Amino acid sequence: MEQSSRRANLFVGLWTGFVLVAIYLPIVCGALAGLAKGRYFNFPIRAWSGEWWGRTAASLEIHALVQNSVMIAAVVTVVAVVIAFFGALAFARFDWKGRRIYQKILLLPIFFPQPVLGLALLLWFNALGVTPSWQTAIVAHLVWIVPIVTLVIAIRVYGFDPVLEEAASDLGADRLFILRTVTLPILWPGIWSGALFAFLLSWGNFPLSLYTAGADSTIPKWLYSKMVAGYTPMVPALGTMSTLAAAVLLLGGGLVVHWRRRRAAAAG
Amino acid sequence: MSSAAAVAPDATVPVAPGAAVAPRLPAGLRCALPVILFLLAGFVAPLVTVAAYAFATPKSFDVFRSFTLDNFATIVDPANTVWTSFAWSLVLATVTVVLLAIVAYPIAYGLDRVFGRWSGLVGTLFVFPLFVSENVRLYGWVLFFLKNGVLDGFLKWIGLSGGPEVLFTPGMTLFGMVYVYLPFMLFPITLGLAMVPRDLIDAARDLGADRLSIWRDIELPLAMPGILIGMLLTFVLAAGAVAEAKILGGQSIIPITQDIEIAFTYAQNWPLGSALAVILMVIVSGLALAVMGRLDLDRILGRR
Repeated sequence: MEQSSRRANLFVGLWTGFVLVAIYLPIVCGALAGLAKGRYFNFPIRAWSGEWWGRTAASLEIHALVQNSVMIAAVVTVVAVVIAFFGALAFARFDWKGRRIYQKILLLPIFFPQPVLGLALLLWFNALGVTPSWQTAIVAHLVWIVPIVTLVIAIRVYGFDPVLEEAASDLGADRLFILRTVTLPILWPGIWSGALFAFLLSWGNFPLSLYTAGADSTIPKWLYSKMVAGYTPMVPALGTMSTLAAAVLLLGGGLVVHWRRRRAAAAG
Repeated sequence: MSSAAAVAPDATVPVAPGAAVAPRLPAGLRCALPVILFLLAGFVAPLVTVAAYAFATPKSFDVFRSFTLDNFATIVDPANTVWTSFAWSLVLATVTVVLLAIVAYPIAYGLDRVFGRWSGLVGTLFVFPLFVSENVRLYGWVLFFLKNGVLDGFLKWIGLSGGPEVLFTPGMTLFGMVYVYLPFMLFPITLGLAMVPRDLIDAARDLGADRLSIWRDIELPLAMPGILIGMLLTFVLAAGAVAEAKILGGQSIIPITQDIEIAFTYAQNWPLGSALAVILMVIVSGLALAVMGRLDLDRILGRR
């Protein structure tokens, strides 16, 4: 019995390791291609060079892309977290009549093919007479990201005991005070995770930006256009740089979430 | 959730005289309102617009002014081969779901039972690719399988004849889908497995049940809500996928999403594209609503 379960665990471990290697393999391939010297990728790499990284970092076109992507992701994060915070309370905290339906309707945008959603938004903006730009891309990202952030925060809200709010209220605290000193501190780890998700998902999103950003390009959109026509080693170089930026953010954000959770655990 | 109703903040906060003229909405609805309004404007309204275009005169922009079924007639016309795109998308999505269930189940099991304090880290390693643009990752596979790419070059370097030519085939499209949608299957299954009480399994084992019957009679049925969400999510996403067929599949097959895109861009036939989108939407949302109707989200997400 013991031995067979150890063998099963070994299999699970090996399988997980194998799949993880497969997941990161293409990302590593991209990194290699961006560091090779030649114009066209050949393996094994004969000469290494940082030239393409340098050219990518110096390119004014790339600067504009980064600016667009950061701007979109930043606004998406702030708006998504504010809306989703209340959305998550409605999802998991309060018992109200329409809650079951609300819970399901909220999930629909996540369960929806993004290219179709992007095209639908494009038609809608067209019907409203709005020219697609980075601002409309923000709206498009939000349609998909707000439900995800709501879920992320809601999972934290489920672990929250409403009795704490009740006690504070019995002791004479007003609503704003309760929100600031009881509700928010307990939910901070969820809110931080939600913000991290919002920023990173917006940063990497392609299908929604493709249709709704109009003439304003983002990093994923530019990479795609160059993959289809006009390949340069700047494609894998920028892809790798964008991946590294996301990794740094995830690491930093993860530490903040971890630290917040520990502090919340110590306080509560 | 019984205690939640009792502590709606209003219940205990004294109301200033004259302030309660208008009947207040319940706290839950008030909190849900921003999300609901936003989704009405950003999700429902665009879908209504698509539906309106689907009934407009073909190759026109007469939205809300004409009503015709011509676009749907074009699609079901036997002379038209658009059904092959539908078939490819649905078949690939189905196979993707089956393969992903097989690939993800052991990993989800590991995250829930085997990795212990490492499961947070392992889980993060599986989340991270979600934040890297899909195109970048798919293109990495092109570099891997390309002639003189990583695999081919490596095999030649060690003295073999070189890698197989798998790029730009329908199988490669399938591979790309399995690759991209893995996290969407993995995390719901992990949530589902976390719902299975451990002592129930221990009890069954003490009573002499073997591994297979524990799995079939206890673990699988109790984890089913999570597995269903994963299957639904990956099916819907794979049915609407387009990048895999373009980048890895080299357009050896045309998925339905690409037909829709072509109608909107090159063909400039928005009504036809909308009609195709409406059919896909009906399939996808019908399935989503049917499956979600059977799920208790409080139990799955709140683990109670």
